[in-house]
Amino acid sequence: MSILIDRNSKVLVQGITGRQGGFHARLMMAYGTKVVGGVTPGKGGEWFEGVPVFDTMRAAVRTTNADTSLVTVPARFAPDAIIEAADAGIKLIICLTEHIPVADMMKVVAFCKSRGSRLIGPNCPGVMTPGQAKVGIIPAMVAEPGNVGVVSKSGTLTYEVGFAMKNAGIGISTIVGIGGDPVIGTTFVDVLEMFENDPETEKVALLGEIGGSAEIVAADYIKNAMTKPVAAFIAGRSAPPGKRMGHAGAIVDGGEGSADEKIQALEAAGARVANNPEEIPSLLA
Amino acid sequence: MKLHEYQSKFLFREFGIPIPNGQVAETPDEAQAIASQFGAAVVVKAQVHVGGRGKAGGVKLARDADEARRHAADILGMDIKGLVVQQVLIDPGADIQQEIYLAITNDRGAGRPLIMSSMEGGMDIEELNRSRPDAIIREHIDPILGLNDFQTTLIASAMSMPRAHWRSFGKILRGLYRCYIESDAELAEINPLVITGEGKLLAVDGKVIIDDNALFRQPKLAAQRDTSGEPESERLAREAGITYIKLDGQIGCMVNGAGLAMTTMDMTKLYGDADCIGPANFLDIGGGASPEQVAAALRIILSDEKVQCVLFNIFGGITRCDEVADGILTAYNEVKPNVPMVIRLQGTNASEGNAIISQAQIPTIISADTLTQAAQLAVAAVKERA
Repeated sequence: MSILIDRNSKVLVQGITGRQGGFHARLMMAYGTKVVGGVTPGKGGEWFEGVPVFDTMRAAVRTTNADTSLVTVPARFAPDAIIEAADAGIKLIICLTEHIPVADMMKVVAFCKSRGSRLIGPNCPGVMTPGQAKVGIIPAMVAEPGNVGVVSKSGTLTYEVGFAMKNAGIGISTIVGIGGDPVIGTTFVDVLEMFENDPETEKVALLGEIGGSAEIVAADYIKNAMTKPVAAFIAGRSAPPGKRMGHAGAIVDGGEGSADEKIQALEAAGARVANNPEEIPSLLA
Repeated sequence: MKLHEYQSKFLFREFGIPIPNGQVAETPDEAQAIASQFGAAVVVKAQVHVGGRGKAGGVKLARDADEARRHAADILGMDIKGLVVQQVLIDPGADIQQEIYLAITNDRGAGRPLIMSSMEGGMDIEELNRSRPDAIIREHIDPILGLNDFQTTLIASAMSMPRAHWRSFGKILRGLYRCYIESDAELAEINPLVITGEGKLLAVDGKVIIDDNALFRQPKLAAQRDTSGEPESERLAREAGITYIKLDGQIGCMVNGAGLAMTTMDMTKLYGDADCIGPANFLDIGGGASPEQVAAALRIILSDEKVQCVLFNIFGGITRCDEVADGILTAYNEVKPNVPMVIRLQGTNASEGNAIISQAQIPTIISADTLTQAAQLAVAAVKERA
């Protein structure tokens, strides 16, 4: 077991004929992910590495019965692509795209909820269930199968921690990159709840950062509803207030969203918080 | 992107929100000329992107044009929290009976627009939220439906606003919502919205922040960017398309990925804080880390004269560390930095990458295995140079 994706997930790649989309679709296939097709408007009827390309998500879903899609198209087209996926009945939509305006995301998130589709991201590295499947850009080498669930707002920091865990002999059930944007489809709490209910996940690593209050809400959930131990790291202790640190959501604004307040909340909830991401494996041992 | 007060209010006017009939001056002469047109008391207001300008002496009341000129002479060129005032707004004075707070912002947690309003306007909303949270009325908007008319009544009534003002308040709120949506604002705030002695509503102060990711479709607003307060290094980075933020420390950080970049900064502070050593910048070099990108980023980091050491922290996932190492050496030979560099490569082909670095035998380049070690070496390098 795992959460969100496994070896049976049937994945469509939206933007499969693009440079990014094509590059990562190949890596996903090489990892063993069941990529069943792709969508690029105007390129329907072509083939990509032995799988069909469609003009529309509706046609792609009808033909392939896909349940998952990966959105790799640029920011100007990504909101439409996500809505198209939800409209076509895709249950899990993972969006890598960075720089989507928040106003668009608020509508997109509301629409996905109304259709019962789970959106992960945007501006995220995707999801990987080691040894089974990966949907997104998480490098294969950062994790081995195991029983720690990882949920994170960031990309390379997650790779760093996954790799350190691997070197310490700790495996991972699923890695979920939820993304660093202010408005996202799936929050820490959503993923914590999935890990709590997943029999194969025994412990959880949570990697947060400054900005917003999602980690505080997560701390509440950990305190009140979680039985599994949580190790955490919060990036941005040295970030000055009022400055956006790369991720659109990573800003301490109006006294809200500082690393210290998140660390305190997580510690008060019983999570073990690392000063340094390299401590995470020892906190999980 | 923040708009100045005058830019915000002129934008409000386009959406039918009444504002004082003010104008912007860049010299005391202009200020006097504008004030004499009004022929009555005016307010001279510094236009800078910082809060608390009133307390800093950046907002002054003038009874006539001569006094407006004197105030403008004082305020123009004034340094408010590190920013030099280059423009003042000259607004005709308003007869203020009541100050209202009204704002629309993105509620991140709810994923919806949020209207916040209060009859106790004028003061800072965070302060009001601390002292009298119940005085703030909060109403979420469905992002697909938009603002419904009944919600304007709901808000006015919840605020206990006198009924006489509901109609004009509703018109202003609808205008502000359109402004927020059509400008891709992350904040559209009127504080205060005043009720005048004549019983009219007037947006006396305004603040609008535009979503940077939406600027591509807001060319008119993007053109209003004021870069005067921007450090030189940040300007260079923006032009090179590199995400860079200047900080106050001595260790220049070059990292791939925003989360890891913040973490690297944190680590330099964790090990350097006791000696007043910390990060000089946030920099996300992004994926790939080609020699050109690394060289451009290195130049930007070194343009900050406080930098005493550059710390590279690259996690090679799909990017291979041996390629990154080649890129760093090429950039090094091009830029020839005169400060030591600590290089930590982790992930795919890390040992090959580290071998390339050590074979180059550059005395000012130090290799590190772990992030902890890299941060400690960078701190030690800064101490050595002090």
